[in-house]
Amino acid sequence: MAARAIWKGNLKLNSTKIPVKLYSAVQDQTIRFHILDDKAKQRVKQHMINPESGDEVPNEEVRKGFEVEPGTFVILEEEDLEKLVPEASRDIEVSKFVPPKAIPPEYYDRPYYLGPDGDQAAYFAFAEALNKQEKEGIAQWVMRKQSYTGALRAEGDYLLLCTLRSADEVLSAEDLPKPAGRAPDKKELAMAQQLVELLRADFDPKEFKDEYRARVMEFVEKKAKGHKPRLKLVKSKPKAASLDKVLSKSIERLKKEKRSA
Amino acid sequence: MPRTRRKPAEDQEEQRGARPFWSGTLTFGLVSVPVDLYPGNRNARTPLRMLGADGVPLSRRYYSQKTEKDLDNDDMIRGYEIEKDKFVVVTDEELERLAPEQSRDIDLRSFAPLEQIPPIYFDRSYFLVPSSGSEKAYKLLAETMQKSKLAGIATFVMRGKEYLVTIFPENGILRAETMRFADEIRTPKDVGLPEEKKVSAAAVKKFETVIKKHSSNTFSLKTLKDERAENLRKLIARKKASKKNVVHVEVPEREEGKVVDLLDVLKKSLAGKKRAA
Repeated sequence: MAARAIWKGNLKLNSTKIPVKLYSAVQDQTIRFHILDDKAKQRVKQHMINPESGDEVPNEEVRKGFEVEPGTFVILEEEDLEKLVPEASRDIEVSKFVPPKAIPPEYYDRPYYLGPDGDQAAYFAFAEALNKQEKEGIAQWVMRKQSYTGALRAEGDYLLLCTLRSADEVLSAEDLPKPAGRAPDKKELAMAQQLVELLRADFDPKEFKDEYRARVMEFVEKKAKGHKPRLKLVKSKPKAASLDKVLSKSIERLKKEKRSA
Repeated sequence: MPRTRRKPAEDQEEQRGARPFWSGTLTFGLVSVPVDLYPGNRNARTPLRMLGADGVPLSRRYYSQKTEKDLDNDDMIRGYEIEKDKFVVVTDEELERLAPEQSRDIDLRSFAPLEQIPPIYFDRSYFLVPSSGSEKAYKLLAETMQKSKLAGIATFVMRGKEYLVTIFPENGILRAETMRFADEIRTPKDVGLPEEKKVSAAAVKKFETVIKKHSSNTFSLKTLKDERAENLRKLIARKKASKKNVVHVEVPEREEGKVVDLLDVLKKSLAGKKRAA
């Protein structure tokens, strides 16, 4: 079944406009649990209370505030917050192009596919041009009262727009001290490198499955049928031996596995 | 990080982050490295508090639909809805026992160049910090990955959910990027995007010219700004200075649950100092 577009806009490149539709590229498979009232076995509800009196505070009386110092709040009224909403627009403005390497992985947030909305020729030509140039576009747009910056890239023949996090949101390891402790010696490094090389493989996402999710679902289904599956206790693990002993053992074992494979 | 619905007490704990988010073991081959996991993203959205009419900070509580009384953590359970309003109860202990021992380790099963992983997979960022005693093995792994220019890939179960992660060194520190599983990414076909029609070489050339003209080899990450958060902070500063709309209330000392800067926590942890228990 085809997915529904969540937004429509125009990819704007200089004076060229390419009409596009936006689709979420992600389908979250996380198992959703509900919080239940244990006695009634019913879904719980939420409300706001005054923690001193324990009284419920109705939504229309709730105000929003920012704590500038402990106990001091600046109150923000609805009309204050309204003013922060960016001006609505249908344009996804692509201002510049950079090599994909210029954007570190931790900046990518949510991916969306862009699909052509009418002019297919321009859409596919642009995707192909991005592919050939091996570049990502930096795009800016306003969607559902929020402004976004994103990376526009070619994914096969198609266009993918990934929202990017702001610099304030991402902690950089450059701002952190290197871990304390002694540096590894040459012999250990050589062995560890050999071990890593033995484990080297091309990235194949299909190789990694969410086995736990499947196990939880199977358990839930059995329970729904009135079975009571028995589950093992989890044990704690024993202490490990010295680093170079463990390294050489690992290498030996992996080599053996490779030979018999 | 767990996107499963959690009980309120755990939610609050996650926002504070003074203590590690999770402690576990990173393994490669038979080598094991005990590590602490910290969030690598900061909440930049300037969180607003919900206040009562007189400015008292409010609390969000769960209550029973039946009795309309507030519920404590012990009065609540977790249920999976198998049909409308019919639930299968799953306890914390069951979720715990469903994860075999080896599935709790971050076992780096394979190593690949980081550029091979399409960004569409990346979800959230965390830092792995050596827990006391594991500095040597930790540094060995970080340096080895740096030298071979490879990232490690692993799956592991943490707090009732399995995660796929890519781990790579950055300034001697290991960053763990959680990823979406392959079945969580739609293909263009799933979405129903049309098949590519023949494109004219001239049209492609025209776009390539535009791309070249506006290309640059570097990109300053500092230009990635959250305008709304910035404007909100400015507005707050203006209001504070004007002394209008500012309320003072007595709040209890919150030494234990104080919101701390994540960067400070990480710095302390990396320096090998003992954390305040």
